[in-house]
Amino acid sequence: MSSITLTVNRQRHTVDVDPTTPLLYVLSDDLGLRGPKFGCGLGQCGACTVLSGGRAIRSCVTPVSAVAGAEITTLEGLGTVDRPHPIQKAFIQEEAAQCGFCLSGVVLTAKAFLDQNPKASDAELRQAMSTVLCRCFTHVRMLRAIKRYRQEV
Amino acid sequence: MTPEAHDAFVRAGFSRRDFLKTSGVLVVTFGAASVVPLAAQGPFDTRPSHVDPQRLDSWIAIAADGKVTAYTGKAELGQGMFTAQTQLVAEELSVPVSAVTLVQCDTAVCPDQGTTSGSQSTPTNFNERNLAQAAATAREALAGMAATRLGVSRDQLVIDGGAISIKGNNSRRVTYRDLLAGQAFNLQVDPQAKRKPASDWKVLGKPVPRLDMPAMAAGEFEFVHNVRVPGMLHGVVIRPPAPGATLAGIDESSIAGMTGILKVATRKNFVGVVAEKPWQARQAASTLKVSWTPGAGLPSQRDFYDYLRKQPSRDTFIVNSKDVDDKLAKAAAVVRATYLHPYQMHGSMGTSCAVADVQGSKATVWSPTQSAYPTRSGVAMLLGLQPDNVRVVFVRGAGCYGINGADTVSYDAALLSQAVGKPVRVQLSRQDEMAWENYGFPYVIDQRVGIDADGTIIAWDYEAWFASMGGRPGTSTPGNVVTGMLAGFSPAPFAPRAATDPTGRFNNGSNAAPSYVVGRVGTVAGGAGIVASERVLTHTIASPFFTGPLRSPSRLQNTFAHECLVDEVAARVKADPVAYRIKHVSDPRLKHVISEAARVARWETRPSPKPGSTRTGVASGRGMACVVYEGDNGYVALVADVDVNTATGQVIARRLFVAQDCGPVSNPDGMRNQLEGGALQGLSRALGEEVTWDDQKVTSIDWRTYHSMTLGDEMPEVESVLIDRHDVDATGAGETAITIVAAAVGNAIFDATGVRIRQVPFTPERVKAALVAR
Repeated sequence: MSSITLTVNRQRHTVDVDPTTPLLYVLSDDLGLRGPKFGCGLGQCGACTVLSGGRAIRSCVTPVSAVAGAEITTLEGLGTVDRPHPIQKAFIQEEAAQCGFCLSGVVLTAKAFLDQNPKASDAELRQAMSTVLCRCFTHVRMLRAIKRYRQEV
Repeated sequence: MTPEAHDAFVRAGFSRRDFLKTSGVLVVTFGAASVVPLAAQGPFDTRPSHVDPQRLDSWIAIAADGKVTAYTGKAELGQGMFTAQTQLVAEELSVPVSAVTLVQCDTAVCPDQGTTSGSQSTPTNFNERNLAQAAATAREALAGMAATRLGVSRDQLVIDGGAISIKGNNSRRVTYRDLLAGQAFNLQVDPQAKRKPASDWKVLGKPVPRLDMPAMAAGEFEFVHNVRVPGMLHGVVIRPPAPGATLAGIDESSIAGMTGILKVATRKNFVGVVAEKPWQARQAASTLKVSWTPGAGLPSQRDFYDYLRKQPSRDTFIVNSKDVDDKLAKAAAVVRATYLHPYQMHGSMGTSCAVADVQGSKATVWSPTQSAYPTRSGVAMLLGLQPDNVRVVFVRGAGCYGINGADTVSYDAALLSQAVGKPVRVQLSRQDEMAWENYGFPYVIDQRVGIDADGTIIAWDYEAWFASMGGRPGTSTPGNVVTGMLAGFSPAPFAPRAATDPTGRFNNGSNAAPSYVVGRVGTVAGGAGIVASERVLTHTIASPFFTGPLRSPSRLQNTFAHECLVDEVAARVKADPVAYRIKHVSDPRLKHVISEAARVARWETRPSPKPGSTRTGVASGRGMACVVYEGDNGYVALVADVDVNTATGQVIARRLFVAQDCGPVSNPDGMRNQLEGGALQGLSRALGEEVTWDDQKVTSIDWRTYHSMTLGDEMPEVESVLIDRHDVDATGAGETAITIVAAAVGNAIFDATGVRIRQVPFTPERVKAALVAR
């Protein structure tokens, strides 16, 4: 066990954990966050995605020790029900979910990519989303929401 | 977001509930924290009288503050049922959506409505029964009370916004809270209570936004994965390495000294580890030395479809006019083909998760199961408890599409909680989810269609073999899922049986009979078509893997075979596929959706394949398919426009046009969302999804080995036409579109290339091989 300090959604936390613990476990179990989800534990689906310094990372395969000191943002750190972030607002406006379990992967991967590449083409956007799954296949609405956000950035 | 939507979110937030009894009315309050105080887990009073479906109070409560709580036995699974049912109650009671709190599938307080499945939630709760009838009963009871209070007759009253007033005299009004003052109705549900006609709807039939959407987008929504109970521990299960392997030994010293480990629990072949923290449990489970006997061995996947034909089988005739062989012998031509469909998986986005708290003779399970009440019985059997002492609280999981690991993981959590006497949360690994779930059935389907000299179909012969084991556990068969079997229960027994003549009514619940036959059983024809010479025979064989309902179970596989074959026949007689279908259909609603799909697709009337199609580069084509889902539960037709890369064999769908008639539409945007999702899920299943195995075990165990389409794949536009009919009952709408995608895409590949692919999935390798062979 070791003491690790993390900044998550602009709040500093110190946790006493095995340093090999995946970041996801710390976020959902020690910090009780609901945004990032365990989908595969293999970095293949996106459900556990969080932002680390603006970059989308897969928290299920990231040891917590690797992000000590980093600024982590989860889906709930972007905005709230009352004050959603523009990309969250776009998803709400497009009704772009069914079960909603995949949203961390879809929303945060798209946000991180478009914030870095605001003029990305549809093909480049697809490439960026190529390792993100939604098993309800809400793809049409999700891509509409993402493109709505692209227009805004 | 609007204040109303915010209120709705708070209500829909699924924070843990304290159940209080006040004034004889069960009132639900919502705590701010997601943690359940153990003392407040609520009554275990689940005697039938407590939630007697005949009693109005089992469905509807109006609290002293006028807020409405409705109780339902049909769950939100991502399909929009929470919002639609809230709309239904708001509509019938003439209150705003924001005034209604819906409680779903908690066995302590909700009526037993069995399983949320089979596209039955809408037929069950929106037609003239159950939740809809209860809400109408409540409204009319309140109107009766108001008539007495105001001294006028019922027909002089108007009801709006939870208040009742005299027509033309708004000053003489009473509110629901005035009338009930927090008291129970103490009435029976009145089957005669008048439903609101669709022409009067203000809330139903409107695209009310999903009440849970803002919380989901903000990452605040509570899934079962987020349930935390004080003192909760974490369990990880260890499954056998292969089907049929049994536990030979456990070396607990192999994890000696690991931090936080509390228990290695076994029950026959069930093995699990409980630890203080989830990562500790996960590491211990992968370190623990567990020895198993070799598996039973698996039939070769290469020859599996031949294997299916050769096994002892349980046989069923759906129809048998007994003149099929004769008609086929005399036909001008017979078109015959065999269609193959693999095992596919639900492949939920999240691995299944549940929390159980077993304390002595009582248990509470927070479960994403589609079957709250049956799971209560299954858990009771597994733990040796009385069902009345088990409470199952439905909390949403990841989309399940049939039966993912929700039931099995509920058993896992219950067994491990019982082993340690403390609350335990279990979430499966991706491999355990995928290697052991109840897969969709694999099928081999042989068909022969006879045509006369004019090219009209005169006989249809269908014979199918499919593999099945286990399924939904129901109330008495926990061995139908893996945990129950490992713990010592058997799956429902398989007994070979010869087919007998069909009796009773034509039952096309599995869509084994095509849309083009008359479906005659006895003297009554219940089918959608005109072909009178018909034989539909199914053979069920014992599956080496667990199987269960996967969205459009059997309906999809059967319809793939029918709708491709009718296309083959149309091509043989050089007929336009749309006109040829309509010619053989008698049901006007099916004809209508076929015509509508063709209209929006700007269908060009001509036979397939497309003349002058390219043999190099990208070939484009269109294909049609249609079905009456389950024979009576929704009408749908779909046109797919696809591109086939003739060099690589890759198929890309460019546009899907869907026309659907499911009776009165409760929420058009919700229906479109289901339709779009179903269509694209169907596309993923048609193009890439297949369970694979070697001689011992399943090898499709993650997203690299089981091929789902991603957000990066080129997805078609989906254009939909909803035919909103108010003169018929509502049907399901969640499994309609998915049923016909594989057929429409297969037909479009044929239109583009002249090559017929008769095996799902249409992988690039398979398509390319067929193109090379032409």
